[in-house]
Amino acid sequence: MRIDINGNEVFYGTGSGTPSDAANTLIFVHGAGFDHTIWVMPARYFARHGWRVVALDLPGHGRSQGQALTSIAQMADWLAQVIDAVSPNQQASVVGHSMGSLVAMSLAARHANKVQKLALLGTSAPMPVADVLLNAALDNDQAAIDMTNTWSHSARGSLGSSQNPGVSNLHIGERLLQQAGAGVFHTDLAACNGFTADGLAEVKQPTLVIIGDEDKMTPPRAGLAVADQLPHVQQRRLAGCGHSMLSEQPNQVLDELAAFLPS
Amino acid sequence: MSESKHRSPTSTGFDTLALHAGQSPDPTTGARATPIYQSAAFVFPDSDVAAGLFNIERAGHVYSRLSNPTNAVLEERMAALDHGIGAVVTASGQAAMHLAVTTLLSAGDHIVSSRSLYGGTHNLLEYTLSRFGISTTFVDPRDPAAFAAAIQDNTKLLFGEVLGNPGLEVLDIPKISAVAHDNGLPLLVDATFTTPYLCRPIDLGADLVMHSATKFLSGHGVVIGGVVVDGGTFDWMANDKFPTLSKPYAGFHDLVFAEEFGPQAFITRARKEGIRDFGACMAPMTAFQILQGLETLPLRMQRHVSNALEVAHYLEAHALVEHVSHPGLSSHPDYELAKEILPLGAGAVFSFELHGGREAGRVFIENLSLFSHLANVGDAKSLVIHPASTTHHRVEEQALRSAGIGPGLVRLSVGLEDPRDLISDLKGALRAVERGLSGKS
Repeated sequence: MRIDINGNEVFYGTGSGTPSDAANTLIFVHGAGFDHTIWVMPARYFARHGWRVVALDLPGHGRSQGQALTSIAQMADWLAQVIDAVSPNQQASVVGHSMGSLVAMSLAARHANKVQKLALLGTSAPMPVADVLLNAALDNDQAAIDMTNTWSHSARGSLGSSQNPGVSNLHIGERLLQQAGAGVFHTDLAACNGFTADGLAEVKQPTLVIIGDEDKMTPPRAGLAVADQLPHVQQRRLAGCGHSMLSEQPNQVLDELAAFLPS
Repeated sequence: MSESKHRSPTSTGFDTLALHAGQSPDPTTGARATPIYQSAAFVFPDSDVAAGLFNIERAGHVYSRLSNPTNAVLEERMAALDHGIGAVVTASGQAAMHLAVTTLLSAGDHIVSSRSLYGGTHNLLEYTLSRFGISTTFVDPRDPAAFAAAIQDNTKLLFGEVLGNPGLEVLDIPKISAVAHDNGLPLLVDATFTTPYLCRPIDLGADLVMHSATKFLSGHGVVIGGVVVDGGTFDWMANDKFPTLSKPYAGFHDLVFAEEFGPQAFITRARKEGIRDFGACMAPMTAFQILQGLETLPLRMQRHVSNALEVAHYLEAHALVEHVSHPGLSSHPDYELAKEILPLGAGAVFSFELHGGREAGRVFIENLSLFSHLANVGDAKSLVIHPASTTHHRVEEQALRSAGIGPGLVRLSVGLEDPRDLISDLKGALRAVERGLSGKS
């Protein structure tokens, strides 16, 4: 599906859904350098269960036009415009992974009336990014992709044993980052690095925090710290799971989301 | 390649992936080896999960034609070894080729292919697929310009073998893939002769790879199987040539594979349509047996390569041998290219022409004892065949000659025996040819 925001075409996946006008809106926001395709399975689940699914490509990512936005606040403000454009009641629940979780948090703080529920996957506030990764990404160097890919998978996940038959999650992650436009990954990482948790106190919506016990990018203690600061929070921990939880444990993530966002 | 000032973390080595990729000890029983899930179907815990599995919302298995846990280990291991994003295993190498082609092409479409091919692939492209409206133009595998010149408006795929059969032409994958991509097309490569240990076509620019897993991947010669690996590199929505991936598919509730699955579009459609509907799936026992072979692939390929080169050098120096075609020999036209794209060796299958033509070939083959005369390659045991009367017997003489196959051409697949024993066997057979040519009994 395509809409226009500020003169740029924005693409989003619908999970092959055909929602009714009364359907609740559920927005999925991907992480740094990725696109909407990481959400393919939950998008299809929630679409079949009657939600209006909007699995976004952020500006400059995937099939959306425009330049990548340079701060989490800009992304949150842009997302508020998307909600106005796609949701008949100008409200939505938002699921974000990694950088997408920061966008969801920031949206809830800056545009509280637009957000019903939040699900934060692989999160940390703040979300500092190591200089070695930022510098490699600045040079559009394959090393940045290799670092991210390696650190995003659990010990088991790096060797595979995918729940999804016949796919190599490691190489899917690598390919998505390789296909990002020049500079996009660095812009995203810099936005994560510049994010501060100042607005976290403003987040009052019911929130689910999903933590991978073997997450090296946003370690469990960081996710727990986020959960500790939110007033209406459920936290779930996935044993043996790395940062790439949507590919390493798609069924467990889906079960948690489905329980938190009932049809 | 310029040296990067940034350092990547150490990635898991090939030898480790060959043993571990795609499998962890069985969580229920603790079994270290991959269990053989000899079950046609898998129980649904509830009807919503069942619907979710059918609708690609959940990961898991439904029915063993579509996927099976044993097969999935092999698929994931092959994807890891070939640097692909996913794989589908098939009933045979021919089924893998068919699956790759039919996932992309429909009646009215066209392929540009190397003309130096396995005879079965040549039959499929020249005679069988043409009955279903898919045509092929065959070109010189050494001539990237010929690939470019043969591309038509309806061309959807370029194809070649890493090592041509039986001429051992080395496919210049970087150049041929550039031709493909300049024309908005993907390159499919058959890497059966090299395996991912010697060549990873996706790293060189190919988009899709297929193997006959019957050969070196297994090594034991006890099963028939194939695999298609998707590099996840091709943008199927960049032009309108690939409607099976870029347009709604009525056979799956108008799913647009490239839109929803991105880099996984091809391999998802291959499973959700090709394996589902054509049904050329692999048996789980076969997948288990191929996995046993894969565990020793690096060790076996090293020995295959060194044995083959030793045998090739011996034959090249023999007075009864007209020429030897092995890309690891400096006499081969693709020797320099082989050093570049096959740095660990140019495989263990090669051909040579005997003085004395067809009769010399017959006498030679019938006087071998360690080499087995049969229609296969890539076994741990050494094999020999006469292509003109076997694998390529349906190919017309003119096409045979243009593929570099003379009447006395002999193809060897060098196994893992002691190379001194192999050379002794060859020596005995060559003596028999010598006696035949000189009229002695």
